[in-house]
Amino acid sequence: MKHLLTTRGLPRDEAIRILDTAGEMAKTQEREIRKLPTLRGKTVINLFFEDSTRTRISFEAAAKRLSADVINFSAKGSSVAKGESLKDTAQTLQAMGADGVVIRHWASGAAERLATSGWTRGAVVNAGDGTHEHPTQALLDAYTIRRHLADGEPGVGLDGLTVAIVGDILHSRVARSDAWLLTTLGARVVLVAPPTLVPLGVETWPVEVVHSLDAALETYDLDAIMMLRIQLERMTGGGAAFFPSPAEYTRLYGLDGTRLARLPKRTIVMHPGPMNRGLEISAEAADSPRSVVVEQVANGVSVRMAVLYLLLAGEEAAS
Amino acid sequence: MTTGAGPIVITGVSLYGDTPADLVLEGGAIVSLSAADAPKGATVIDGAGLIALPGLVDLHTHLREPGREDAETIETGSRAAAAGGYVAVHAMANTTPVADTAGVVEQVWHRGREIGLVDVFPVGAVTVGLAGEHLAELGAMALSAARVRVFSDDGKCVHDPVVMRRALEYVKAFDGVVAQHAQDPRLTEGSQMHEGIVSGELGLQGWPAVAEEAIVARDCLLAEHVGGRVHILHLSTAGSVEIVRWAKARGIHVTAEATPHHLFLTDERARGYDPRFKVNPPLRPEADVEAVRAGLADGTIDVVGTDHAPHPDEDKDCEWATAAFGMIGLETALGIVQKALVETGRMTWRDVARVMSERPAEIGRVEGHGRPLAVGEPANVTLVNPRLAWTVNPPAMRSRSHNSPFSGIELPGSVVATILRGTVTYAHDSLGGL
Repeated sequence: MKHLLTTRGLPRDEAIRILDTAGEMAKTQEREIRKLPTLRGKTVINLFFEDSTRTRISFEAAAKRLSADVINFSAKGSSVAKGESLKDTAQTLQAMGADGVVIRHWASGAAERLATSGWTRGAVVNAGDGTHEHPTQALLDAYTIRRHLADGEPGVGLDGLTVAIVGDILHSRVARSDAWLLTTLGARVVLVAPPTLVPLGVETWPVEVVHSLDAALETYDLDAIMMLRIQLERMTGGGAAFFPSPAEYTRLYGLDGTRLARLPKRTIVMHPGPMNRGLEISAEAADSPRSVVVEQVANGVSVRMAVLYLLLAGEEAAS
Repeated sequence: MTTGAGPIVITGVSLYGDTPADLVLEGGAIVSLSAADAPKGATVIDGAGLIALPGLVDLHTHLREPGREDAETIETGSRAAAAGGYVAVHAMANTTPVADTAGVVEQVWHRGREIGLVDVFPVGAVTVGLAGEHLAELGAMALSAARVRVFSDDGKCVHDPVVMRRALEYVKAFDGVVAQHAQDPRLTEGSQMHEGIVSGELGLQGWPAVAEEAIVARDCLLAEHVGGRVHILHLSTAGSVEIVRWAKARGIHVTAEATPHHLFLTDERARGYDPRFKVNPPLRPEADVEAVRAGLADGTIDVVGTDHAPHPDEDKDCEWATAAFGMIGLETALGIVQKALVETGRMTWRDVARVMSERPAEIGRVEGHGRPLAVGEPANVTLVNPRLAWTVNPPAMRSRSHNSPFSGIELPGSVVATILRGTVTYAHDSLGGL
């Protein structure tokens, strides 16, 4: 593995190796001194073209706990504001000697362009590209599900588990990465969304699609339910809104106490954050003992440590 | 490499790929089909193994001048056109300033004449500034020295139905045609590629086929209502082919164009996010490509137009969403048509002459082009060696820009000479220093 750009096409054994490594990393985090010398002398650049404090901090913590030098580069840009291009930025960072580049970008495919265009020689980690993929989020989701429901042992996948992903599938890079990764790991994935928020061609994905959350709760014996954040701009925009009103969305697709009570006892409640409490998830559901949202954040650091370690520690990492 | 307009004799060539003959060119005309009639001192081209077609005519070229001379100029675009076998191109109106006045179209027309490698026919904008609101002075452009007959806001759709109706009606006064860029703007806000399986996976905002088809259907009905002529640019979907087929059967004056890239490439090319494959309308799935090929072969689609759209590297060497739409095509069009349609047995070279020379000239109402290869006709000839394969290498081509989606692809045949009114405007090295 030279880069981590997508979970689509990530082989099962590679994915399991990352999860197993994340487990090892998590154990080190229980020690009194949590910092490992593994990436001493390596430079990781966090290249963020889009605001995301959570993801950036998570990667920063991961790199620092592995003793890498971390440079944060925030270049907020838009498609219209022609500032410094991705190419120029990448070449600048290359000149500074980046071993790894963690990139968050508003444009789908930006991470792949960075990795394949020859602009930089470092390992590229996709920290979210447009509405395409967010592979480390999917890995931390898989890690979290495995810990709770598949006994968390090394080498184990998610075989036999059923996971529902509820919300804006169309614009969600998390949903895409989760759909590919969780199915690769053996899980059954059910997407729950209004028809306007499901991409065309979804019938070719290895998932099932239902348009009613109540029907999904009725039909499937869920092990995990993941609520996606609804972006404000999807609700507005006059005639271009994807659903009639936030209230209707909540009524049809929100996870509240009533729906929570219908879930099997073992089912965990997940959310990639940040949550819109009262919209896609009620406070009751978000704060219930079944909610693993805070744990997802902690697991994110372990998973990102594993990814950086496997990409940057070179051959010694393989042994 | 050009010669003067001295006499030329092309011996043993195959007219349209099916009729052996010689071609004797003198005084800008075809004077004989027998080499025995060649005047003394005529330049001799050995036509053995070559095919002669009437000089190619492109109804859809972006020469970028005035305004974006960093992408292309009328001169570099003319060279590219001649090398692609073209003797005439229609220069689209989306320049800076927009070609929406007699002054701008005359400037482009004059510059084309000064260079003299191809006949440059300016396309006039339908609306002022391509804004879609007020009709440009279509009559003034038609009556100008540039003699504009094709009007288009290409790059933008004339989406207001009333404006489109007026344009279709008004251009009847001078036998003009409105060439429509069929794209419903509301259905395609922010669109990056064809909406389908690939866009769903790549997370790129989709450009649905219906955004084209709805406009094609509307404009066919408007053309029927007012009796005007509408020409559908870069038709790209199976549904559009069906609609045009229906409209023609109804007797509506509609003509349509397919581009080489829509005849050859699919939306699968977007994987990898290489902006060389970003174009508007977008590359479509295989079933659409197949329908467009079938439509071209059966005459539903009248012409192949290049939609040659040069962009400098900085507008393509970037992330997909930031990149410009468009691809160059003048120098590869004939080779792609040969590869996609002739080699597959779906079209003959006579059909190629029809879709790349005769019909474009008729639709554009340009005189002296798209004429038969016969005695007394203008000496506009494209010579093709159908067995001289080459590999597309954009830096070696003549366009100022390199944004070809066909880079690295082998094309089966080559243009070996282009002759405009008896003057050689392009000669391939294989002709040995003509």
